[in-house]
Amino acid sequence: MVLSIAVDRSADAARPWIEAARPTHPSLVDVRHRIADLYNMVNVPTVVWIDERGRIARPNDVAFGTDTFRHITGIEAAKHVGALRAWVRGDGGVLSDDQTRALQTLPSSSDQEARAEFGLGQWLSEQGRPEAAARHFVRAGELAPHDFMIRRGTMPIRGIDPMGPAFRGMLQEWTAAGHPYYRPLPD
Amino acid sequence: MTEQTFTIIDDGVAQDVEASDGQQRAKAAQASGRPVAIDLEERAAYLGVSAEERGRRLAALEAPDFTLPDLEGRPHSLSDHRGKKVFLVAYGSW
Repeated sequence: MVLSIAVDRSADAARPWIEAARPTHPSLVDVRHRIADLYNMVNVPTVVWIDERGRIARPNDVAFGTDTFRHITGIEAAKHVGALRAWVRGDGGVLSDDQTRALQTLPSSSDQEARAEFGLGQWLSEQGRPEAAARHFVRAGELAPHDFMIRRGTMPIRGIDPMGPAFRGMLQEWTAAGHPYYRPLPD
Repeated sequence: MTEQTFTIIDDGVAQDVEASDGQQRAKAAQASGRPVAIDLEERAAYLGVSAEERGRRLAALEAPDFTLPDLEGRPHSLSDHRGKKVFLVAYGSW
């Protein structure tokens, strides 16, 4: 089954997308980035395969359901969908625990410091303290510059267009320094 | 919130305490290795979860459980779906 989680500033920010998609699976909203903290997610989309026993069968990966953004992301949908289908049918795609662990990225201390700064910022934002909140969001981004769940995901909370010049500048600086924006698992 | 209170947000749960207690709790959490974000002007601190604790759980390959609402506010937990394969997808409108 599919469990989708919108990591967004509010239910209303996610609502139009969910209502347009009319999913038959549970479609949840995570305004406090709970899932990012628990699973060390640093961008969207992030997918995880979880088996019948509640164990991680394949760790955080980047996958798209369609090729709509392939010209930007360079990531082909079919490959992941094929592997996912095989795993669901019991027809392959099973990794050993050691293989799964080798593919995991565990959080660093500064990642978790960044998430604490995010958490304080998000709380201050809920209290109607946007200037104070912004200080902590910025600090969080400095602590974890690869964490776009924080750096880009907080833009709408700060009144910044997440598709606009601020994002494009951030992305350009990041990629010019030799870092990938998406980090899919190796083949 | 009065001048004397301090808000401690402990792994997402906010609680107002006496200012001196609050700062003490933040310091104790920091000393125990937890990440702590403090705003003295706003008199609030967020106590997070350490990289060691999160990492240990993930490396054990047990999918961390969570409970989150849908658009109607109904809570759903990952553990409700034990016995099924789950394809977890995190996305954002941004």
